[in-house]
Amino acid sequence: MTGLDLVLLGVGLLTAASAVMTVISRNLVHAALFLAVALAGIAGVFLVLRADFLALVQLVVYVGAVAVLFLFGLMLTRAPIGREALDSQHRGLALGVSGTLFAVLSWLIVDAFGNVRVEEVAGPRIGDLGIALFRDWVLPFEVLSMLLLAALVGAIVLSRREDGESGEPEPVVPIALAVDPDADPDAAPDAAGEVRA
Amino acid sequence: MSLVIPLLLATFLFCVGVYGLIARRNAVLVLISVELMLNAVNINLVAFQNLLFPAEAAASGQLFALFIIGVAAAEVGVGLAIVFNLFRNRATVDVDRVDAMRW
Repeated sequence: MTGLDLVLLGVGLLTAASAVMTVISRNLVHAALFLAVALAGIAGVFLVLRADFLALVQLVVYVGAVAVLFLFGLMLTRAPIGREALDSQHRGLALGVSGTLFAVLSWLIVDAFGNVRVEEVAGPRIGDLGIALFRDWVLPFEVLSMLLLAALVGAIVLSRREDGESGEPEPVVPIALAVDPDADPDAAPDAAGEVRA
Repeated sequence: MSLVIPLLLATFLFCVGVYGLIARRNAVLVLISVELMLNAVNINLVAFQNLLFPAEAAASGQLFALFIIGVAAAEVGVGLAIVFNLFRNRATVDVDRVDAMRW
């Protein structure tokens, strides 16, 4: 048990506790905030594992963007701020499935990697990551950018209102400023246009 | 440094995500649970890369984690758009009440 192990254990316990609170919290907004803490804790785990770049990406993308997006999602769907409406009836089933999965997976992991110890943790440097990304992984990178574009367009198409859903579009009324009262009424919009121009 | 600690942490987070996925009723909270599971997988990838294959030139583990982060961001965007659409049409985001494939 080295010092790095202890740090990882501490950060991991914090992360695990906030993850548990995320799924059992009865307050929806608290759940989203606990998710932000858990994601920040995962960034800390990345730091301990010497993956600095991923830790920063995790902070920017997840804690900065995704957690805020989830908060917006909870508030825009008028979720009952406070308690979740009713318990799911599947709570026991969920506990059984996830508990069994955890038992099996952790037994497998301890069995396979139980005595693997690494003296020195070292990851690729950020420059090496960039070179690998644009040399070996350039096709997946471009595909991912197209996927993000498609997701952007899809999200806009899905969430925009249908035509006429919010009633007739308001006719644009030009604001007449300093209209000459003697002028011909038909000419008023032109005069207003000139004033505004 | 022991390899088991990050792997067990990732397993635990994944199982917590599975629990949330089955037990939660609010669609946004179901999406949050999916995010937890994706992040657990990222910890696995980074641990294997940095502890077992630190000198690999292609840096597969870390870059896979990076791609997963990008795909997860896209998934959150589309998923929340679907949830908003559902809320506008049905006035509920309870996944137990939206279980018909068509109506």
